[in-house]
Amino acid sequence: MNQVFSRPISLKDVQTHFCPGCQHGAIHRLVAEAIDDFGIRERTIGIASVGCSVFLYSYFDVDVVESPHGRAPAVATGTKRARPDRIVFTYQGDGDLAAIGTSEIIHAANRGEAITVIFVNNTTYGMTGGQMAPTTLPGQKTSTSPEGRDISNDGAPFKMAELLSNLDGVAFSARVAVNSPKNVLQAKKIINTAFRYQVEGKGFAFIEVLSACPTNWGMNSLQANQRLTDEMIPYFPLNVYKNKGNL
Amino acid sequence: MSEKIFVKGNEAVAMAAIEAGLRCYFGYPITPQSDIPEYLARELPKTGGTFIQVESEIGAINMVLGASAAGARAMTSSSGPGISLKQEGISYMAGSELPGVIVDIMRQGPGLGGIDASQADYWQATRGGGHGGYRIIVLAPASVQEMYDLTMRAFDLSDLYRIPAMVLADSVIGQMKESIVANPRPEVDLPAKEWAVRGRREGEPQNVVKSLKLGDGEMEAFHWAMHDRYKVLADRESLWEEIQTGDAELIVTAFGSTARISRTAVDMAREAGLKVGLMRPITLFPFPSHAYLALSQRCKRFLDIELSTGQMIDDVRLSVARDTEVSFYGRPPGAGSLPTPEEIFQQIRKVYP
Amino acid sequence: MRHDVFIAGYGGQGVLMAGNLLSYAAIHEGKNVSFLPAYGVEKRGGSAMCTVVFADGDTGSPVVGHPSVSLILNQLSFDKYAAMVRQGGTCIVNSSLVECGGVELSGVEIFCVPMNQIALDLGDVRMVNMVACGAYAARSGALAQSSLEEALKKVLPERNHRLIPGNIKAIEAGAAMARKQ
Repeated sequence: MNQVFSRPISLKDVQTHFCPGCQHGAIHRLVAEAIDDFGIRERTIGIASVGCSVFLYSYFDVDVVESPHGRAPAVATGTKRARPDRIVFTYQGDGDLAAIGTSEIIHAANRGEAITVIFVNNTTYGMTGGQMAPTTLPGQKTSTSPEGRDISNDGAPFKMAELLSNLDGVAFSARVAVNSPKNVLQAKKIINTAFRYQVEGKGFAFIEVLSACPTNWGMNSLQANQRLTDEMIPYFPLNVYKNKGNL
Repeated sequence: MSEKIFVKGNEAVAMAAIEAGLRCYFGYPITPQSDIPEYLARELPKTGGTFIQVESEIGAINMVLGASAAGARAMTSSSGPGISLKQEGISYMAGSELPGVIVDIMRQGPGLGGIDASQADYWQATRGGGHGGYRIIVLAPASVQEMYDLTMRAFDLSDLYRIPAMVLADSVIGQMKESIVANPRPEVDLPAKEWAVRGRREGEPQNVVKSLKLGDGEMEAFHWAMHDRYKVLADRESLWEEIQTGDAELIVTAFGSTARISRTAVDMAREAGLKVGLMRPITLFPFPSHAYLALSQRCKRFLDIELSTGQMIDDVRLSVARDTEVSFYGRPPGAGSLPTPEEIFQQIRKVYP
Repeated sequence: MRHDVFIAGYGGQGVLMAGNLLSYAAIHEGKNVSFLPAYGVEKRGGSAMCTVVFADGDTGSPVVGHPSVSLILNQLSFDKYAAMVRQGGTCIVNSSLVECGGVELSGVEIFCVPMNQIALDLGDVRMVNMVACGAYAARSGALAQSSLEEALKKVLPERNHRLIPGNIKAIEAGAAMARKQ
């Protein structure tokens, strides 16, 4: 009998620590599938960040370097420059990449480092318990914006995929979501493209993945998915913002 | 013997790093160490190595972390304000047991301070500098030749013990030019970096370089293991220089630039018939405590000289026998604060028994 | 034997190059050398300073409080540093720019050389540092004039080696002046 569905070999056969309804698992799977599809597991190095994504090494069956908070693009730069023949990707959340690590991501992108960046945007700091993130939506209540994000005080949410696409060093920048079968299929295609850029040596690729965090949003999984559709996608449009190599 | 060359201390560091097999340099310009990135920007790419002028000191040290995790010899260099910024990365490297070389050409502080020589970052360097409780190897050259030799040593020690290593000097040693021999890299038996990330092959274990330790007892075990490693380091790798200590009634002690100045002051004292010696620690961590203890068994007076209000003196006092009298003469950093040999000689006269 | 020489002037007089020249000459003679460009507030006042120490053995302190010989190229440096010279030492002064007539320093020999004038007579005032080095070598006896000439090849970049004969003349003129007095 043909097996039509199985675990990607780049993922370990373990239970994750992620909360029910969290979409990190789905995103992990898509990244692992891309690694499998290109047959690059034996030369892939992951760079884990700080936050819910820190346990990258527990789930991915690849070598991993754990980075200080926000510094994954700098760590990846060092690793990739030391081993240019390896595939190096970072996996970072919104607080990590768009707040404390803004400098590192912008400069790695601007240098056009030959790495792939997976940016998971769930509009909150998940690991520390739901504080306001740089991507928290206007009016969104969090533990540190109890009255809702006030743009006059906190500024507007960062749109990282758009922002980075403006840099000459960026070859590929896109935003995807994994909240529906259609979006998952699209996300898979685009994440594969992002890895193709590195496999073919064509430059820096950035993927922003919108993700649900039901626990910190105070919702169940279905409500969270609905919020992603109703509130997040309109603010953070799904799009390929740059595809320099038309891959 | 190779021909002597005439180079700046900072250049000697850069030359030695290349000779030691440096593959990746990441740095940010700051006075008085910019000769190092300038030299490496020119010369490192010729050897196939990578040079990046990074957007920040934080970015630079984390690139060192990433390159080192991949098994490459990597280095960064800076001075006070930049070294403060790098402490995050140094702490993570220490927690991840990653080698790597950090060069600190000290300037004055706190804050922006000034660019003249200072030794006021002794505590920062020898006490770890960042959070979490760790030490790094600290080497203190007192000549351009030592800038060269100890930079190579820093790479070897760091690889051997999997502890970040710092070359700690100041603008006197960094900017000074001296005639040196650019020795070839010494042969040292180093273990293969089997822990490095390389792309996990089928049948090979997954390599993870990390500092997060959440398992039961995992963190405590790490700290005790490091504690033991520091002891081994102290037993095997402590370096120091003694000059005319055999019959000394007073031992002057200083590191780096002040040791050089004191060296001449000791000669002046000898010419004046005073039995004075010099004890110069070359490794500041590990501090050569046992050598101080041995000296203090027979000489009961020490005079500690520093470009600060006194930092190394803590280690001197912790090392010597209890009945030893340790005096201090310091010139806290500031423009025009470099003591002269004559000035130190006067201090010697003051405390000489 | 350990020698030390302190050189001071204003930026543009080639003070650091003079220090480099003496250093290379000493290396040529097989000595160990320490060359320390000066640091301090003075540097920002537009003056340039350096100290060269050379010896058969250890050079010891690169910082010298009371130099045995000082080469003083301008008035400001003379006012500030002439008095630092060690007892029994020598202060070689650029009398083209320094009013040193009638000035006395107890225990220190003041030796006046019209360095700018000599350099100008040879066609380029920028060679004032070479005149100073020549005067130093002859007066102190610490370095052979031929070593200075040899050192020019190291100090001047290849593209300026055509200037070596002119510089040698300046060194000779400085040395001749030192021998005359």
